[in-house]
Amino acid sequence: MTSTTAQQTVASTAVHVAEPGARFRDLLAAEWIKLWSLRSISWAFGASALVIIAINISAAVADYNNWPTYNEGIRALFVPIWAMRDAFTVGACLVLILATGSIGALTIVGEYSTGQIRTTFAAVPARRSVVAAKMAVVTAVMLIYGTVVAGTSFGVTQAILSGRGIGLSLGYSGALRAVAASALLAPVCALVGMGLGALIRHTATTLVTFTGILLLLPFLLNDRHRWSSAILHALPRSAWERLVQMGDPFKSAPYPATTSGSWIVYAAWPLAAAVVAVVAVHRHDP
Amino acid sequence: MIEVNELTKRYGRTTAVNGLTFTVRPGHVTGFLGPNGAGKSTTLRMLLGLTEPTSGTATVDGHLFRDHPRGLRHVGALLDAHDVHGGRSAAAHLSALARSNGIPQRRVDEVLEEVGLAPAARRRIGGFSLGMKQRLGIATALLGDPPVLLFDEPVNGLDPEGMRWVRGLFRRLAAEGRTMFVSSHLMSEMQNTAEHLIVIGRGKLIADESVTEFAARGTRQSVTVRTPDPTALAAALEAEGASVQPDASGAEEWLTVTGLSAARIGELASHHRTVLLELATRTSSLEEAFMELTADSVEYLAGDSR
Repeated sequence: MTSTTAQQTVASTAVHVAEPGARFRDLLAAEWIKLWSLRSISWAFGASALVIIAINISAAVADYNNWPTYNEGIRALFVPIWAMRDAFTVGACLVLILATGSIGALTIVGEYSTGQIRTTFAAVPARRSVVAAKMAVVTAVMLIYGTVVAGTSFGVTQAILSGRGIGLSLGYSGALRAVAASALLAPVCALVGMGLGALIRHTATTLVTFTGILLLLPFLLNDRHRWSSAILHALPRSAWERLVQMGDPFKSAPYPATTSGSWIVYAAWPLAAAVVAVVAVHRHDP
Repeated sequence: MIEVNELTKRYGRTTAVNGLTFTVRPGHVTGFLGPNGAGKSTTLRMLLGLTEPTSGTATVDGHLFRDHPRGLRHVGALLDAHDVHGGRSAAAHLSALARSNGIPQRRVDEVLEEVGLAPAARRRIGGFSLGMKQRLGIATALLGDPPVLLFDEPVNGLDPEGMRWVRGLFRRLAAEGRTMFVSSHLMSEMQNTAEHLIVIGRGKLIADESVTEFAARGTRQSVTVRTPDPTALAAALEAEGASVQPDASGAEEWLTVTGLSAARIGELASHHRTVLLELATRTSSLEEAFMELTADSVEYLAGDSR
């Protein structure tokens, strides 16, 4: 997958010319076309973004309306803890994980389940390069999607809350970290979905496995025991919760997660998924 | 040129392809024949690097296919017309493939025009008929203007007009000096297009020869005779050195005679004052030569006739 610069010969020449090396940029462009030529993908991006932002806005609107009824205890903690929870509610997070993981998984499983993968590899026999290009395109798109969704959620919810003087600005300590963690959750989950997809190659099984590990497993674990909290903190959803958390006034968890540990979780999952995807696709004959 | 050398593929205890060796030369259509399950598709998949051989090699112009960064420019292939994502339009599908091989976009419009899909270019492939998908598969194979083309059962689902078009296209591509390797389980299909045949059964090579040579295997002429007195006529013909068998249909009045011409049988019947109700010469077709040759290697046989 060498993406060098000395290949200006390609674009318009006929075939049979002396062949420059494999062009990673061509593979990226091909995967870009493939991603956007599926209507379902555009719909999934658009619909999930609207749902996520709507969930967060409704939380902010509820707090705006209920503010006069809140007692002193709640008011004291509202900025920044509750204000940030309105920007990134757990419900919206679950939708984000499910949407991005599914889209990621479908970019790979969709090729296997339809047989398209054989046509793809008959055109480009370098399987690892194809998967690498696919992951690069999905990661880039997901990064933009995550940034738009997280940025809009934060901006709109805090604008609503500022009507009561309880909104946060991006400059507030920890706010940028929370927005970044929410934005990055999209590519993290998409890559995990792709890794599982490449490994399982079956649509329903892939989506059930993804949902089980990323969405359901955190509900089955608690942070009261050492081993249980160790597993819990190693999951992307828990890492996200830690990174958007603006404080823990009650010090309720005996084994609290750390932000640096959570960032490592954010890096380890997609890296592992990328390795799994490349190896699985290379080894398994389509 | 395609070179296959001692190619073998085993799946557990089943041997799908067993020590195949053959060469496919450019300039004409080479038919790749065999009953269902003979190993044709597995061989083509190994040629394209989609399946790893257990042993042996399959090369295209001296290289393993998987060593080419841009496959479409070296080998155009249609393995299965269904191997497409139904959610894309024909144009988008071809555009992505073209882009991945650094093939200019105008080539997409050219091949769509060539296969007659230009009016359906913006439609979702999911709504295509099998015949349209075959045309799309042929368009994909032509995209890179490759010197070698592989087709697995390309006429499946095509209407008669489509079949005629495919035959003409294949002959033209061969005449341009390309290597054309076309698989089929239908001998009659090959009769019209192929010059050379490679026949396999149960993964083994059965024949590697020109269509003319292959047909000669089956040109034992036989004569079908219908007579009210088959016993007497059979005795008279056998006395002249013919081999006489009851007709395959099992009807009593019918005989199948080999070794004598229809004219000679007529003369002999007249001489023995035997009435002939019908007399006809039958030349066995390429189809029959094929059936005869592969009879022992048919993997799946209908009913319990054997």
